[in-house]
Amino acid sequence: MNFDAIIESLPMYATGIGTTLQLLAVSLVAGLLLAMPLGIARASGNVWISRPVWMYTYVIRGTPMLVQLFLIYYGVAQFEWVRLSVLWPLLSSAWFCAVLAFTLNTAAYTAEIVAGAMRAVPYGEVEAANSLGMSKLQVLTRILLPSAVRRALPAYSNEVIMMLHGTALASVVTVMDLTGAAREMNSRTYLPFEAFLTAGACYMLLTFSLVGLFHFAEGRWLQHLAPRKNSSDVRGVVLATAPRI
Amino acid sequence: MNVFLRGLIVAASVVLFGGPAAFANAQAKKVRLGVEGAYPPFSEIDKGGQLKGFDIDIANALCAQMKVECVFVQLAFDGMIPALNSRKIDAVVASMSITDERKKAVEFTDKYYKTPARFVVKQGSTLEATAAGLKGKRVGVQRSTIHDRFVGENFKSADIVRYTKQDEVFLDLASGRVDAAVLDMIAAQVGFLKTPQGKNFHFVGPVYDDPKYFGYGAGIALRKGDNSLREDFNKAIAAIRANGIYKKIQDVYFDFDVYGAAAATAAAAVTNAAAKK
Repeated sequence: MNFDAIIESLPMYATGIGTTLQLLAVSLVAGLLLAMPLGIARASGNVWISRPVWMYTYVIRGTPMLVQLFLIYYGVAQFEWVRLSVLWPLLSSAWFCAVLAFTLNTAAYTAEIVAGAMRAVPYGEVEAANSLGMSKLQVLTRILLPSAVRRALPAYSNEVIMMLHGTALASVVTVMDLTGAAREMNSRTYLPFEAFLTAGACYMLLTFSLVGLFHFAEGRWLQHLAPRKNSSDVRGVVLATAPRI
Repeated sequence: MNVFLRGLIVAASVVLFGGPAAFANAQAKKVRLGVEGAYPPFSEIDKGGQLKGFDIDIANALCAQMKVECVFVQLAFDGMIPALNSRKIDAVVASMSITDERKKAVEFTDKYYKTPARFVVKQGSTLEATAAGLKGKRVGVQRSTIHDRFVGENFKSADIVRYTKQDEVFLDLASGRVDAAVLDMIAAQVGFLKTPQGKNFHFVGPVYDDPKYFGYGAGIALRKGDNSLREDFNKAIAAIRANGIYKKIQDVYFDFDVYGAAAATAAAAVTNAAAKK
């Protein structure tokens, strides 16, 4: 192990972590904003609303994110009219292409998570709300969504961690993220073990920080579904909260 | 345990643990050569999926001369030296320039060719190949190459964009994502300028061949201490130079002497070739 080479490269890794977190944050926020309406539509009883969303998530979840990124970065740039369009300043940026691919990808997965969580809301709660005379919108905003969003937390924490790892793909389209820093160190020092081990350690640190954040969030907003403490009468739902890493 | 399952476990353990090592021992004469396959005209994949190019022909000629069986292993350029040092391959025949920096990590044979480097930009571009002219400009290079180092150390004000493969640089140069590229003149000429993709592009600025960055020509990289293999390669290079096989191969690809090519001669030859096309 060549620790000097690692220490020398640490500033590069720090910049890489910044880029990785930025990619992650922007695509998660944009993806979530897209996923909420998509997920509600996906859970809708009306096939004209749910089918198109199903098509979208089917296509995105059925193809690797790397292929999607290549299509956006290299594929779209092949067409002259794209290069002459007003969108080119955006699409010519590797960073933007990466964020676009990640956003479309996470939106599809998150929409399925949201739809699944909405279906998991006990129907009795919806019936009760109906019998109280709530409108469809009221049922959605007062009963379904608050419950579904809480239930979706454990599954969504997995998605966030998968996305963190997924951002490593940005390095193949020249973005200098954490993996890009490792590749750069590898190409300068010819020490692949040290280079990628350092990147691995950084990713692990980020992963466990995110896991910690979600544990805190679950403790705060999912208490009502946790098994009852200090009691033999365990009637609560046991949630598998450990994220799949 | 049934026979099939046992067979499967044996096969899996051979693949997992003993595979490469057992193979290398059983066939000591096999030399594994790392080649790139994405660097025309030196190394590329033809339509039938076969490797071809100057590097490949030279490698085949050297192996025939040395009377050893060679196996080509296709790798990304930035993975060559790590693969060599972790014994996944035994030699690198990938247009790798002999530089003092690389000599710290690996050993080299004598050179087998030498060509200079230059900037490529779009026709009509006002970009100047100076520190001031490149300030904030996006310059595409292949990662881990001499060109990567050269731009990194001489044009720190430029925004260097690093790619794994040379053809990715060409794609982004053509689409305008990078303002310029620095690369080997022959690779630029054959791989880009002569193709439809590069028809509106041309060379600018001086011809570069400073040994400090560009080394002493392309050689075959070997692991440190692998002296007998290096001696064999050196003798084979000298032999094919002497017996005319080198000349025969180089004439297929180049209409000038790619072995000695002083920067100016090569540059003139490339420019003439460009004028002809």
